[in-house]
Amino acid sequence: MYANGRIDRNRVVGVSVSQRIGSDDQLARLLQIGIVLEEVVEARAHHHYQSLDAELDEEIEALLADAAEESADHRERLEALVEGLGVDSVPFDEIESLVDARYGRTQPDDFDGVLYDQLCNEETAYKFYDDLIEAIEASDVEFSIDRAELMETLRTIRADEAEGVSEVTEVMERR
Amino acid sequence: MNTADQYLKTIYVVQKQEDGPASTGSIADALGVSPASANEMIGKLESRGLAEHEKYKGVQLTDDGIVKARDALQTYCIIERFLANVLAVDEFRAEARELEAVIDDTVADRLDTIIDREPECPDCFDPETDACACLDVAAVPAEPEQ
Repeated sequence: MYANGRIDRNRVVGVSVSQRIGSDDQLARLLQIGIVLEEVVEARAHHHYQSLDAELDEEIEALLADAAEESADHRERLEALVEGLGVDSVPFDEIESLVDARYGRTQPDDFDGVLYDQLCNEETAYKFYDDLIEAIEASDVEFSIDRAELMETLRTIRADEAEGVSEVTEVMERR
Repeated sequence: MNTADQYLKTIYVVQKQEDGPASTGSIADALGVSPASANEMIGKLESRGLAEHEKYKGVQLTDDGIVKARDALQTYCIIERFLANVLAVDEFRAEARELEAVIDDTVADRLDTIIDREPECPDCFDPETDACACLDVAAVPAEPEQ
């Protein structure tokens, strides 16, 4: 780092201040992160569901089942895009194992905690897709997949996440 | 991570390395922006009470600025660790730099639930390698704990 007594700034923190996507590879990586986020939601919802078994709450149970199903659907849509870019997806069982291994550390301890965790999931996913859409819109790169189809898929998923936030919020307010 | 956070992180690291105020030129160099752009953002950070700028000396973060800078550095560590250990990306440093502007703190927090970060983070960040010093770069996708 110190060449001739000077700090090589580019090696220190050569960060990018731009919020654009510059290549197929970068897009594929971000879509992979989206897949992992969906997998985390799905696996955590499954864990929450199991933890509720003892004291069944039908409303939360239905909410978690819907969330897991929706995440699986989003994951498949993202996987189709990633495959179109010629990149491998991230196997669900791999992420499920990681969630299993770390879940105890971040496990909510009651129904309110489960709902709050679910709200965080939906809000985080919404924020992720919103930023991703904005970054793609700011980019003039020609991707090897159809841009219109890419944007339509991401906007649909983002709308689902917005709806998910409303649904969880409604349940929280009723309780 | 937004632009202000990227500046805070940079100022924090340069300040630590220089063991004193960070010059505007150093900050601009590190971020690859013009000194005028750096000055503009430093002014904004000052008005938000996150940094103090003294002419001819440089920029120093306030206590609030340090807290936010450390949060931003932690987010960066999460992205690096996630890329290296979960997605097995060889060039995880370069990719983390490319992706950090698009990855929000809340997203990083969710990714943090599946990675094994050290409790001393972000003090484990090593500016020389531009990575977490505890990160096992030889690691393939992390094996879950049994």
